[in-house]
Amino acid sequence: MADLNLTLKIWRQDGPTEPGGFKTYDISDLNTHMSFLEMLDVLNENLVNSGDEPVAFDHDCREGICGMCSMVINGRPHGPLEGTTTCQLHMRHFNDGDTVTIEPWRAKPFPVLKDLIVDRTPFDRIIQAGGFVSVNTGSAPDGNAIPIGKDISDDAFDAAACIGCGACVAACKNASANLFTAAKISQLALLPQGQTERVERVIGMVKQMDEEGFGHCTNTGACEAECPKEISVDYIRKMNWEFHSANVKG
Amino acid sequence: MNSYFSSTLFRKTLAALSGLFLVIFLIGHLIGNLQLILLSGEAAQKQFNEYALFMTTNPAVKILSIVTYTSIILHILLTIILVLQSKQARPIGYAVEGGGENSAWASRNMALLGSLLLVFIILHMKSFWYEMHWGAIGNDPSGNKDLYTVTVVAFQNIWYTAFYVFSMIILGFHLSHGIGSGFQTIGLKTRKYLEPIEKTAILFSILIPSAFASIPIILYLQSL
Amino acid sequence: MLESKIPQGPLADKWTHYKSKVPLVSPANKRRLDIIVIGTGLAGASAASSLAEMGYNVKTFCFQDSPRRAHSIAAQGGINAAKNYQNDGDSVYRLFYDTIKGGDYRSRESNVHRLAEVSSSIIDQCVAQGVPFAREYGGTLDNRSFGGVQVSRTFYARGQTGQQLLLGAYSALSRQIAKGGVKMYNRHEMLDIVKIDGKARGVIVRDLMTGKYERHFGHAVVLATGGYGNVFYLSTNAMASNVTAIWKAHKKGAMFGNPCFTQIHPTCIPVSGDYQSKLTLMSESLRNDGRIWVPKKKGDDRQPRDIPEDERDYYLERRYPAFGNLVPRDVASRAAKERCDEGFGVGPTKLAVYLDFKDAIKRLGQDVVSARYGNLFEMYEKITGDNPYSTPMRIYPAVHYTMGGLWVDYNLMTTVPGLYAIGECNFSDHGANRLGASALMQGLADGYFVLPYTIGEYLSNDIRTPAISTDHEAFEKAEKESKNRNDRLLNNNGSRSVESFHRDLGHIMWDNCGMARNIAGLTKAIGEIQSLKKEFWDKVRVPGRDNVLNPELEKAGRVADFIELGELMVRDALDRSESCGGHFREESQTDEGEAKRDDENFTFASAWDYQGEGTDPVRNKEKLEFEAVQLTQRSYK
Repeated sequence: MADLNLTLKIWRQDGPTEPGGFKTYDISDLNTHMSFLEMLDVLNENLVNSGDEPVAFDHDCREGICGMCSMVINGRPHGPLEGTTTCQLHMRHFNDGDTVTIEPWRAKPFPVLKDLIVDRTPFDRIIQAGGFVSVNTGSAPDGNAIPIGKDISDDAFDAAACIGCGACVAACKNASANLFTAAKISQLALLPQGQTERVERVIGMVKQMDEEGFGHCTNTGACEAECPKEISVDYIRKMNWEFHSANVKG
Repeated sequence: MNSYFSSTLFRKTLAALSGLFLVIFLIGHLIGNLQLILLSGEAAQKQFNEYALFMTTNPAVKILSIVTYTSIILHILLTIILVLQSKQARPIGYAVEGGGENSAWASRNMALLGSLLLVFIILHMKSFWYEMHWGAIGNDPSGNKDLYTVTVVAFQNIWYTAFYVFSMIILGFHLSHGIGSGFQTIGLKTRKYLEPIEKTAILFSILIPSAFASIPIILYLQSL
Repeated sequence: MLESKIPQGPLADKWTHYKSKVPLVSPANKRRLDIIVIGTGLAGASAASSLAEMGYNVKTFCFQDSPRRAHSIAAQGGINAAKNYQNDGDSVYRLFYDTIKGGDYRSRESNVHRLAEVSSSIIDQCVAQGVPFAREYGGTLDNRSFGGVQVSRTFYARGQTGQQLLLGAYSALSRQIAKGGVKMYNRHEMLDIVKIDGKARGVIVRDLMTGKYERHFGHAVVLATGGYGNVFYLSTNAMASNVTAIWKAHKKGAMFGNPCFTQIHPTCIPVSGDYQSKLTLMSESLRNDGRIWVPKKKGDDRQPRDIPEDERDYYLERRYPAFGNLVPRDVASRAAKERCDEGFGVGPTKLAVYLDFKDAIKRLGQDVVSARYGNLFEMYEKITGDNPYSTPMRIYPAVHYTMGGLWVDYNLMTTVPGLYAIGECNFSDHGANRLGASALMQGLADGYFVLPYTIGEYLSNDIRTPAISTDHEAFEKAEKESKNRNDRLLNNNGSRSVESFHRDLGHIMWDNCGMARNIAGLTKAIGEIQSLKKEFWDKVRVPGRDNVLNPELEKAGRVADFIELGELMVRDALDRSESCGGHFREESQTDEGEAKRDDENFTFASAWDYQGEGTDPVRNKEKLEFEAVQLTQRSYK
């Protein structure tokens, strides 16, 4: 449990319209069993005690499922480990004396609200544009009325595992939201429940995605590599196919 | 339907289709070029110049060439539009870039690779296509325009040869991402065909540029 | 004075009769009625979307950046339903009975029976939304079994059932937002309830981005704000989970039911240091194949692998031969605490026991173990750096769920007319202990299938009430109070961080009102909390401003409320001198150290009535009547 001393370079920005910049902080005697966010907690408590404003960052469940935490650590969304959110990253993966640069997600549709916090409501609007099955409460048939093969159901689950954190956008050189959008489209396109609205769904969601100002996909695969839930770019392929056939069929 | 044509997905699909067509064009072009070295001396000269005549006069080839030019222009225009659009999607970049850890270099630099290829294509067309059509070019013993000699002479220059070979390396990188990416975009790189497509793509991206590059190298060596 | 409004008739027919008799609101009138829903977890999102589908105007608020982040998302195990798909004899009655018994007979029969009745529809609804539940190869829904029951009735989606159910509810909510039926307010925190003529008529919220205070009117207000486990500082709850909304409602007259009933989950990753911000749950399913033990020798510092078999104490198997490692959560938690208190704990802090898969790997092979628990093992390794395949996991109990909450009647209405509480934030269905996979069931039952009916009973009398202007003095006053409190926090110029107070509160609560409680500790805790409260308001330091995003200010308000709640929890624990479910009073145990219930004196739900600052709250009782089940002492020997 060796103690750890780090130099942190953190993006500080007071508000959406104010200019931001990096500030450097030294932090010492960290326990290597700490999570990355606990390390920031320590920094923040130090800042509060010395009369400064703490670093604002989004976080909530701290077990890798809510999708709140969102920071680029040394150029990698959610840090260097694969299949991991920032809150699941622990300090044992850093070395004494390291300089760690922490930045917010960078994308025009995700403006910085404060420090490391960005606005991800475009994702909500993409879902509102069709990421649902229109079934009113109470009108559902028996759960076993439509059998669904295990392979299809598992495939749909893999797509549904998205936590909406936005690391795909942050990682993509084009700030593309293709992986996020494709995951929801694919989940519902795979399942029988999603068939009736299949055409409107893909057209609506892709349109919304473009309107939000995300970039296009150039298939670098960075999104899959950085996705904490390791969602496959195969769903982007699927979305492309869905999109064209929906438009051709009309 | 309007939103279809203006969507990024439609545009990138068109870019992918034009790109994949250009891959096919490369194969045809390569077969033609190989005639420069498969035979030797006058036989090669005769064969190659007849081929060049055919390629510039046959109506079917003319149609194909229009498709090729269209593909090149579409490919360039669409990617420029998309790249500009995507540049706007990230007005402030990262202080530390971590792309090297999560993606292949070529995949992140397709625009740069493509721009270099465009420079190559322009110079390449100036050297041969322009010469063939409007240049002061001599005739071979059979009375055909002697593109063969133009080519052989061009590759006696070490710098020109080196530039050509360098461009083929660029082409290799461009193809190494482009082919697989094209299939992914048009939706054919399914899980079942993922591996064969990726393997073929890598094989193509090595073989085609190497075969292209081997011709000037051989011609240059022959000139020594 | 406490009217539970349980419908007449036999238990099994109550809900059906109720539904056919409850007054309806016509579609034209629904359009004129505004409902406010606070919180967008399973209960809130399902209620908001269902109410909007019915035609009400709904306004929904959450403090996160998106409704999809609510902490329901973290539930791992599954959701119970009496479908009997496995043909193992399950029925509505059995689910009802298991839940009542699991709750140690401290819940209301009629509510629990209704919960069991609607459980089946929840699964249908979620499947129709596209929730990818686990399936058999034949395409039908799969089930697993869970602690405390003898049938397989738990539906699941890998280890992420809560996430998938919440995303289902979120998608329904998103659809209504797009249609205009729901107006969604992200990053807005509710700070107070507005009461006019004794009825809940609106809320004061603060836009967390701009710091602006907003007033919103509603004909009814629905709280769906989750549990308050973070009163212990360390819990498995999300960092921002808090009691503020229901605490403010409590102070405006909503009685608080069974505040001391807390569930301590036995299998969590132990605390590793003072910096720790939260605890991570490891699914209860691990106890199916893992064996729990400690060394027989006190302070044995050898590596677990070096401790021979005959020097290990498999204490659950020793104490409870019939159930072994599968005793209910409260029993397993107390047993671990007992061993550690006696000095047999392991690991650097000595506050942990081993959960060992060595025998399971020997019996089933590593592949099978990995197929069953692989993702949990990975999660454990990410956090601790230890590989559970080669070294036993270290686990310790942690606060997980709060059965207590606002007291509600059969309609889920609090003691403030027009103010409803649904999901974990009410006290209703789990008594003194919740069974695994029942929280998701209750949240969705309340939101999809119960509240949308029962709210009609109140709103049908309210169709002539026009929207009340938010210029009304009650709004003015409530907004002013909220603002004054934040101003006071910001201008306090103290010296201590909010976090340090929260940590202190957590220590007081965990030590005195945690897994075991006694009269001396509880009495002492009341004094400690009162002085902590005083110190908080004297010395807290909140940096920053009010008119921008200020997470420290948000946290300060929440911790201030936690401190007040802590005192109420301790009072309730002190008042209930029996042991039941998760509430273990050391004075009330058998000779063998097992919990001893006192049905004669404590077959009631407590409902605490706030009396104002500086005055002790008053405890009311809702006597619990049992017609369908017979009260027995739980035994797992």
